[in-house]
Amino acid sequence: MTKTILLGAVAAGGLIAGAAAAATLDDVKERGTLNCGVATGLAGFAAPNASGEWEGFDVSLCRAVAAAVLGDPSAVEFVPTTGKTRFTALASGEIDMLARNTTWTFSRDNDLNFEFTGINYYDGQGFMVPTELGVTSALDLDGATVCVQTGTTTELNLADFFRKNNISYEPVPIETNAEAQQQYLAGACDTYTTDASGLAATRATFENPGDHVILPEIISKEPLGPLVRHGDNEWGDIVRWTLNALIAAEEMGVNSTNVADMASAAGDSPEINRMLGTEGNLGDMIGLPNDWAVKAIQANGNYGEIFEKTIGENTPIGLSRGLNAQWTDGGLLYAPPFR
Amino acid sequence: MSDMHSESVGYVRETFLSEKEPPLQETGLFKWVRVNLFSNWFYALLTLAAIYVVYVLLSGFIPWFLGGVWQADSIRECREIAGGEVGGCFAVLTDRWYQLLFGFSYPSDKYWRPTLAFVLLFICAAPVLFPAIPRPFMILTLLFPFTAYWLLWGGTILVPLVALAGVVAGYVVYSRLVARSFAIGLFGGVVAAAVVWWLGGFVSEAEPRFLALQEVASRDMGGFMLNMILGVICVSLSLPFGIVLALGRQSSLPIIKWICIVFIEFVRGVPLITLLFVANVVLAYFLPPGTNFDLILRVIIMITMFASAYIAEVIRGGLAALPRGQYEGAESLGLDYAQSMRLIILPQALKISIPGIVNVSVGLFKDTTLVSIISMFDLVGMIRGPILASTDWNGVYWELYGFAALLFFIVCYSISQYSQWLERQLATDHR
Repeated sequence: MTKTILLGAVAAGGLIAGAAAAATLDDVKERGTLNCGVATGLAGFAAPNASGEWEGFDVSLCRAVAAAVLGDPSAVEFVPTTGKTRFTALASGEIDMLARNTTWTFSRDNDLNFEFTGINYYDGQGFMVPTELGVTSALDLDGATVCVQTGTTTELNLADFFRKNNISYEPVPIETNAEAQQQYLAGACDTYTTDASGLAATRATFENPGDHVILPEIISKEPLGPLVRHGDNEWGDIVRWTLNALIAAEEMGVNSTNVADMASAAGDSPEINRMLGTEGNLGDMIGLPNDWAVKAIQANGNYGEIFEKTIGENTPIGLSRGLNAQWTDGGLLYAPPFR
Repeated sequence: MSDMHSESVGYVRETFLSEKEPPLQETGLFKWVRVNLFSNWFYALLTLAAIYVVYVLLSGFIPWFLGGVWQADSIRECREIAGGEVGGCFAVLTDRWYQLLFGFSYPSDKYWRPTLAFVLLFICAAPVLFPAIPRPFMILTLLFPFTAYWLLWGGTILVPLVALAGVVAGYVVYSRLVARSFAIGLFGGVVAAAVVWWLGGFVSEAEPRFLALQEVASRDMGGFMLNMILGVICVSLSLPFGIVLALGRQSSLPIIKWICIVFIEFVRGVPLITLLFVANVVLAYFLPPGTNFDLILRVIIMITMFASAYIAEVIRGGLAALPRGQYEGAESLGLDYAQSMRLIILPQALKISIPGIVNVSVGLFKDTTLVSIISMFDLVGMIRGPILASTDWNGVYWELYGFAALLFFIVCYSISQYSQWLERQLATDHR
């Protein structure tokens, strides 16, 4: 029986694959829920809380897209994916979008046939050292032992950085972040290197976070963003512009408390009016109701609010905005105009 | 005589001396310690070293355990309460207790259902496990899979009832036809069951609300419950499949023999984790988007395939250990193949294979934690994923993994103790 199911499935899969690629929006509307791929658990970015509700930075983006498309931020089916299963889950159509702090690289965009729809977090590789070492810059790390996860781009970036600056180091290869925490605390290495957001999250779990410092040098670019399948540009546009709406909302001072007011009638700023649908018909152009951006902002607030709530300085993760500030504040966030 | 005796010897003792206590170092605790721990200088040295190691371990463990914090909302609060003293942060267990047991998305007002299924498991498995319980109670065991399915997954009771009706119909037809030939009986039984299931499908679709419990999707199963579901189902399915495969491998019909050999050798040659990835990832490519071939079902099929191949080899070992005379004896009694297997060969072969079967079962139960790698939230998956990733509990390792180890130890040790008891019960060899 399984054999006939398989054969039938192969045949049907071939027929449907072409048709399904072009109609993700219709599929989502018909299903009534958005299938969103997230991490199986990553502090601050995606994890279920004590009552089983998913929350985090990436999760908020899923909720915003669901709110924009379906009008309901809770109409999301979260599909937990591991680093190994995330791309097949997206390619096979099991999920409609993937928001799993995935680095935007050339090969993922082109070779794996995905479409990155923006960057929601600018990350980069950094170093953490105990304060008592008195190191203030990564350039002082000559001869240091460095804990680094094997088989990652981190390892390669590390080698590049030390060679470029003509200083020596001794790598201590480790397997997982949890193991790295233990090794570093036990003094097996002078410094631990991984993505800066990961370092901050790790440091936050230490008994005395003040005894450790994250060095200012960032030695690689790790732009993290949501992605969708190639071939369905309408759907890609929806995810892209939902993210842009959250970023633009912060820039223009629209937040979860005042968005309802601003959307009730056209105000002074034409761009806010266009974005919130009180003027023009931007919603029609991407196949959504005109108040799509209002719904998206109402879901969790604008980009800044989401950041503060999930990974910002008042949370245990304690990340500062840094590169992820608006371009007006010296960061890299720069949403194209709503026109 | 006594006269002569008294004349020949000057003195004879007429009463017994009362027994003396043996010397202190030859009795009780002293003797045991001296013989077992300090019988020579080398053993004495080893004993002292071992005592030191135990002391070091306990002096670390006991303050950590006794100083543990059981009520707190996050690891930071734990540390505040402990106030710099050594103490485990067991509050994570109380805070996430239900998540560890049932996963994070099983509806919280329905926890009684898996709990009830768990209790029923012991009641209903007892008639199979303990020969002392009267045979008629076996009916409970037969009903258990259907009850447990209804309790765990919910939905209308018609689905498990139809499944049960199909099995009963299949059995009735089989027992009518088997007198003619085993093959006709088997074929007739399968057809009858399939017809009942097909017809019953319409009934249960027409009445989806009849005696319905709230439905719970497979995706929402998790925690130790998922390990138990996978472990129990796969172990109990792989045993019959394993027996069939083992017999098939010894068959004189080449096609059956070769199918069994290829299956066993292929499955044994592939790591379980590969099969799980196939179940999770590759099947998703073949299935059309939207069809959802239940993930737990896929995993059950893969783990069962894996375990039955191993059990088949264990049982083949048992079959090979039987003397040739047993086979010939069965034939000389005029028994046909099915009878000789059922009455003579298998009871002996299975008894020999018990340690091997238990070995595979315990290993299989522990292997169910591998599903955490394909993003299912079993006990280990819950710990690795959601709990350690939450900002509240990131950094609590020993307490969580210790708890998981404890749960698995309890189950595996009980299985092992039961199997030893069973071996003693079945021991008929000459001693």
